[in-house]
Amino acid sequence: MKSLIKSLLFVIILMPIASFPDTIAEGKKLTFDRKKGNCLACHMIEDGELAGNNGPPLLAMKARFPDREILFQQIWDPTEKDPYSFMPPFGKHGALTRNEINKIIDYLYTL
Amino acid sequence: MFKQLLLLAFLIPSISAIASPERDYDEFVSYFENRFPDTPFEDYKNGVYSIDKSAREQWEAMEEFPPYELNVDRGEELFNRPFKNGNTYGSCFENDGIGIRQNYPYFDNEKNKVVTLEGALNDCRVKNGEKPLSYFKGKELAHVSAYMAYTSRGNKFNIQIPNTKEALDAYEDGRRLYFTKKGQLNFSCADCHVYQTGTKLRADIPSPAIGHPTHFPVYRSGMGRLVTLHERFAGCLNRIRAKSFKGGSDELNNLEFFTTFMSNGLEVNGPGSRK
Repeated sequence: MKSLIKSLLFVIILMPIASFPDTIAEGKKLTFDRKKGNCLACHMIEDGELAGNNGPPLLAMKARFPDREILFQQIWDPTEKDPYSFMPPFGKHGALTRNEINKIIDYLYTL
Repeated sequence: MFKQLLLLAFLIPSISAIASPERDYDEFVSYFENRFPDTPFEDYKNGVYSIDKSAREQWEAMEEFPPYELNVDRGEELFNRPFKNGNTYGSCFENDGIGIRQNYPYFDNEKNKVVTLEGALNDCRVKNGEKPLSYFKGKELAHVSAYMAYTSRGNKFNIQIPNTKEALDAYEDGRRLYFTKKGQLNFSCADCHVYQTGTKLRADIPSPAIGHPTHFPVYRSGMGRLVTLHERFAGCLNRIRAKSFKGGSDELNNLEFFTTFMSNGLEVNGPGSRK
């Protein structure tokens, strides 16, 4: 019994780490999905075909956005920083949930 | 302080007097001159093909055997088919409806509203005891409009805005709609067709804002049918996940008034073909 609890605990502790690659895969899917992020409409992304070019290419994201909160805010509501921004306020207008944006960021940080 | 306020009171009306449709037009045209120095003004009637050379070749090849030819023939048939009372569409129009596309839309001082060609066709039907038609799905209204555009090819748009409060308000309403961000994706018409025209959205290049209405209705090969300007407006609003307006609504009439005024001086070349 004791060893069962131990191994369960072990699994629970490891779970977030174990699911991390899945989160990245999900984030990539949300990034590319035309009905979700559709980020390729404007941004070039590694692996992405027929990318648009009116937004900056998405690369070196960790270097460009060392503060995760700033990147989150840019996706949640870019009009906060620039009311004329061409980028849709994905979070504020309910196109993406908080959870979905976080998965997208996990993926963006691998770029 | 009082002096300053007084000065302001004089300044405010004069500022709004300066902002006029003519001034907007000049600003608009010179914006595109600077944005696409290689595109001659008269070429904007070709929409996106005025700025996208590679897509233009394909389009020109397509135009050699125009996909809308049968629609124009059908439009002519419907245009000449008498209503139950014996009248035809032509009876409601100047020059029997031939070669007049460039005069629409206009502001009707009696009705106090913008009248589009499709709106005038529906008014004509009602006057003759027939039911008005839908702007959508490329049915009779789109066909008759396509035929009337076809008979007007080469004529230049010259939309006049009467200097009355009502007409200027209608223009202003259309202009405001053009520049207002809308929908879940928060785009204005101007976001794509003024500020981002010429860039790539996925594989598509948003067309420039001048020359939009000249080639409508269009035959869209992807849909295999004609699309009226109001159906296209509604399609755009739908794509940005905004609530659309009805075909023939004041909102879309005024939007057409604004966009067509911005296309003054360009030739009618409808119906156009698009992918």
